[in-house]
Amino acid sequence: MSAAAADIGATAGQDRFAQATQLQLTWWRFRRHRLALISLFIVALFYAVAVFADFLAISDPHATDARRSFIPPQAIHLFDDGAFRPHVYGLRGVRDPQTFKLVYTPDPNRKLPVTLFARGYDYALFGLFETNIHLLGIEGGSRGDGIFLLGTDQLGRDLYSRMVVATRVSLSIGLAGVTLSLLLGVLLGGISGLYGGWVDTVIQRVIEILRSIPTIPLWMGLAAALPNTWSVTQVYLAITVIISLIGWTDLARVVRGRFLSLREEDFVVAAELAGASQGRIIFRHMLPSFASHIIAAVSLALPAMIVSETALSFLGLGLRPPAVSWGILLQDAQNIQVLAGAPWLLSAAVPVTVVILAFNFLGDGLRDAADPYG
Amino acid sequence: MNVLEVSELRKHYPIRAGLLRREVGRVRAVDGVSFHIAAGETLALVGESGCGKTTVSRCILRALRATSGEIRFAPEDGRVVELVGLPKRQLRPLRRHMQMIFQDPYSSLNPRMMVGDIIAEPLKVNGVPAAERQARVLELLDLVQMPASARSRFPHAFSGGQRQRIGIARALALQPRLVVADEPVSALDVSVQAQIINLLLDLQDRLRLSMLFVAHDLGVVRHVSDRVAVMYVGRIVEVAPTATLYRTPRHPYTEALLAAVPAPDPARRGRQLAVLGEVADPANPPPGCAFHPRCPYAVERCRIERPELTEVTPGRWTSCHRARELELAGVG
Repeated sequence: MSAAAADIGATAGQDRFAQATQLQLTWWRFRRHRLALISLFIVALFYAVAVFADFLAISDPHATDARRSFIPPQAIHLFDDGAFRPHVYGLRGVRDPQTFKLVYTPDPNRKLPVTLFARGYDYALFGLFETNIHLLGIEGGSRGDGIFLLGTDQLGRDLYSRMVVATRVSLSIGLAGVTLSLLLGVLLGGISGLYGGWVDTVIQRVIEILRSIPTIPLWMGLAAALPNTWSVTQVYLAITVIISLIGWTDLARVVRGRFLSLREEDFVVAAELAGASQGRIIFRHMLPSFASHIIAAVSLALPAMIVSETALSFLGLGLRPPAVSWGILLQDAQNIQVLAGAPWLLSAAVPVTVVILAFNFLGDGLRDAADPYG
Repeated sequence: MNVLEVSELRKHYPIRAGLLRREVGRVRAVDGVSFHIAAGETLALVGESGCGKTTVSRCILRALRATSGEIRFAPEDGRVVELVGLPKRQLRPLRRHMQMIFQDPYSSLNPRMMVGDIIAEPLKVNGVPAAERQARVLELLDLVQMPASARSRFPHAFSGGQRQRIGIARALALQPRLVVADEPVSALDVSVQAQIINLLLDLQDRLRLSMLFVAHDLGVVRHVSDRVAVMYVGRIVEVAPTATLYRTPRHPYTEALLAAVPAPDPARRGRQLAVLGEVADPANPPPGCAFHPRCPYAVERCRIERPELTEVTPGRWTSCHRARELELAGVG
């Protein structure tokens, strides 16, 4: 029987594997999923943008100026007479005598130098530090001059700056919604799976009823019930609650299923037979076993939340201006006439698509990696 | 001195149907099982899957609540506790005296815990101080012939046989009076089975363990058990000392099980006796002797009257109407 003991005699490589925790095993497996790894990077990038939104924005996302409405996207010229001197051209608005539309033409004689860490509008970094430093800005322009990387909207607000700032609301509403869903889902799903019986039946029926209600009419009804005297923040919170009202059901089902299967698992029975308390069994044995599944479920629930917010705001049921979110930006692109004249307004759909795809791939990778023992 | 006495143990599962969940029938998983285990003795509980042997073992450990019957357990000399009706709070301090070895060495160890922590868990929840736990874990690893370095590894680093040793170490951590081994080797390779059986034999000698050894074939049981109880559809059909049971079975079902034991002897090949048909449905057992539809010796009486478990010769009990007349084939 020393043979059995001998074959555990391990090399350094095996040792690393043998002593790897679940987190390490999960990470090793996740790393092999290329697409998920790239997606993780993209998602992280998006959240970094959300955190540093005001710093990355160029001009005040709320500042309107009728004299610069519908400016098309503008390019930054890097070289000036062969020397590296990034600049943008000043714009001259001329009214078209036939259509009476304001047409902007770049004026090559008026070069506005682009600088890093320029002074711009005032904001508070992380909501704490009052500052006015922005990543990009122009030197010495007159009023109405600016960098419009993605053009401007009807009210003359810089679309790029608005999109950057919208990231904050759109991504955080997903997080807040998922957090709320997670709390509800884990709590109710846990009770359902752990106690079973009639409690389980009641909770499951409630979930089925909630899921059978068509979401758009439900949201419309709830959104219409929000008093329009509420502030932007209040509406934001209310929308979060509305979205997570449906969102929790999925998580509750995942949690319930895991509890049900784990309750029968031999190592849980073993702990019970050893005399372990109910709390120890739940927190030491059961929860760690499906924490990874919850993380995967959350990363798949997040994009659904983001899409919900975007869709609601697009339909005018969610957030309202002056709040800035991707859905609100897309609202401007609803009108076919506006769209024909200013197609760049649709560019707000790009970050939505990219972040949702990234979240889905990330969730897929996490789900595959979640159970390194499977 | 008996460590365990089980009498008339029953575990029925109601079958519910309809909107009002009315009870329309019962699955009699265990239907009146009685046996005892003396101190230091190993009793094997044998039967096909679905015969209720695992249910019996889980009822004894109170992982399941028995429907009726009595389970008298002696956690220490001179003290006997009745387990069936015992409230949960009074049950917990008793848990340490009876431990279980699981069938599946993969699902019985928490993959998120290091082996040292797994073995130490019973000690920890029963309030053994940390320093003592450390020493005890090393002692236990040594007892099951595992290197001390296994302590800081995770279960995924070990093979099935090694994991089963870890499971055994965990079961022995609290020095239980009674160990219930639920098919401890049936999930393992044949070569590894022998190692685990040898380990159990060695531990029986050294620790004077009382053990209930659940198995689904008579092959592995022969070496470990002092007595064998054969179960069929929720009832015990034969109990006898191991050697006697193997040599002269008194119940046709035992004979069939013995014939099913693979023998590495080509001469025996011809007389393999297959049990025909499926095991009876415990929700709807056949009338009379539950085994009669599959029994080659069944007569009219077997179809009508259920045989009681009776003592045919001292120490051996069987429930067959024809126990005294039949000449059944055993193995040498």
